[in-house]
Amino acid sequence: MGELTTLTIAEARDRLRAGDVSAVELTEACLAEIEAAGALNAFSVTTAEIARHRAEQADDRLRTDADAPAMCGIPIGIKDLFCTRGVASQAASRILDGFRPEYESTVTQKLHDAGAVMLGKLNMDEFAMGSSNETSTYGPVVNPWRAEGSNKDLTPGGSSGGSASAVAADLCLAATGTDTGGSIRQPAAFTGIVGLKPTYGRCSRWGIVAFASSLDQAGPMTKTVRDAAIMFGAMAGHDPKDSTSADMAVPDFEAALAGDIRGKTIGLPREYRMDGMPAEIDKLWSEGAEMLRDAGAKTVDISLPHTRYALPAYYVIAPAEASSNLARYDGVRYGFRAKLEKGDGITEMYERTRAQGFGPEVQRRVMIGTYVLSAGFYDAYYRRAQRVRTLIKRDFEEAFATGVDAILTPSTPSAAFGIGDMADADPVQMYLNDVFTVTVNLAGLPGISVPAGTDASGLPLGLQLIGRPWDEAGLLNTAQVLEQAAGFVSKPAKWW
Amino acid sequence: MSIDTETARRVAKLARIEVAEADLPQLAGELSNILTFMEQLNEVDVEGVEPMTSVTPMRLKRRRDEVTDGGYPDKVLSNAPDAREGFYAVPKVVE
Repeated sequence: MGELTTLTIAEARDRLRAGDVSAVELTEACLAEIEAAGALNAFSVTTAEIARHRAEQADDRLRTDADAPAMCGIPIGIKDLFCTRGVASQAASRILDGFRPEYESTVTQKLHDAGAVMLGKLNMDEFAMGSSNETSTYGPVVNPWRAEGSNKDLTPGGSSGGSASAVAADLCLAATGTDTGGSIRQPAAFTGIVGLKPTYGRCSRWGIVAFASSLDQAGPMTKTVRDAAIMFGAMAGHDPKDSTSADMAVPDFEAALAGDIRGKTIGLPREYRMDGMPAEIDKLWSEGAEMLRDAGAKTVDISLPHTRYALPAYYVIAPAEASSNLARYDGVRYGFRAKLEKGDGITEMYERTRAQGFGPEVQRRVMIGTYVLSAGFYDAYYRRAQRVRTLIKRDFEEAFATGVDAILTPSTPSAAFGIGDMADADPVQMYLNDVFTVTVNLAGLPGISVPAGTDASGLPLGLQLIGRPWDEAGLLNTAQVLEQAAGFVSKPAKWW
Repeated sequence: MSIDTETARRVAKLARIEVAEADLPQLAGELSNILTFMEQLNEVDVEGVEPMTSVTPMRLKRRRDEVTDGGYPDKVLSNAPDAREGFYAVPKVVE
């Protein structure tokens, strides 16, 4: 049954309607693959009973409702950051040990309403803080890809590392991810799949464990751009429960995949040509631009002058918001509480619970955030970073005002690296993974990573397209043209 | 700007995270490195630039100030490490 799990959403949708496969069969095939893929550590929880029940419901619906949504009967994985009713949802953190939400996030509810089948929860970096999926309380996720001639375990990137590995290894047809600084696009690039970070406000954040609320966005991680369009349509839309969710119509993203980008203008930002960038990344980027020109688009050099300040601004703003959001983990209302000694009071309970419940990277970011928001430093760090954020967004606005429809960049500064390779590195070295993606979150724009080639050792590399606010439809159309021109069809050789 | 052990202790206290005395120097070093990285922001001329408070130009919606949800204390308390008689239980706060 293995080959059923290699289907795209679009193929499965068509075969479900043709009646030559059932949602139950698809679901059983995925559950078997998940069961056999323990070595990847992609799923933190498998919800086989829920999956079988929903698959049966989907089959009933497909039989009786000719207008069943495209996601009906599609087995997917859900990142552990999404609260799912009655199912462990702990943001890969010890501090949420045992947490079973009494409610369902809006995005997962919408997917459920569309008939999608949840297979389980996906491993991730703790509280989505990381670029290698090594900070998880469940242990690291392993990338299904290996360098040619090597059996060294590689990271799938992060923070949506479990989502990326699960989709790349065909454990599920697609997965949800979230992206605060690159957490959908970087792992998508590291695993040879498609990852879309929508415009800020397009998907409701309600019920998603908050990291940095002004940057967080949920999005689809899929095998193809068409699948991203289909799944995204089911995730997007206004939600009165999220005050920052946009009250705008959701277009038919799949219908927008016209395959024609003649006359479009693609910007190539010169500041993204970083010192020390590997030659193969540079080459891939040039080839990507050539492909878009061949398809009839025009490429222009543009300048985004504040690019180099995006990472430092991000590492002020995101920890500041995180220190505030994570204040709620106090050992009182949910999750883990540290064992107390006789005579310990409430302060010891807070401090010990948070020391034992949060991992080292989360503690570091909460403390950095606390520092930059503390009296005397707020203006020097936080307020200054917010002003730089205004300038970063303005850079993009000025580029778009000159008639640029989308911007092409590399997704990451390298291919996937080894598990443990960064263990002794300065935390700042790890942050550099987000150098091409973080600007997009700061500016609230949509961005997509498309697999576009491989490095010298056969590992996947991605290219990123950045779109105008709310123009995910145009962005997906351009991305599909790039996807087809690049013709990336490689799959990781199965070793797990 | 570099963070000394005393500042690291104060930040840990503000963040309500217990840090052993022996670990403070290393923490101070890590925080200092990150702050040094952030200090690149001082190169940017931000004179007259408004700090961003909302990435999309939108006005927050308003609604009537009325109860729209609730009435299920059991569900609210169901995940508490220690809940008794309809309340969260914590160590003694007031002597």
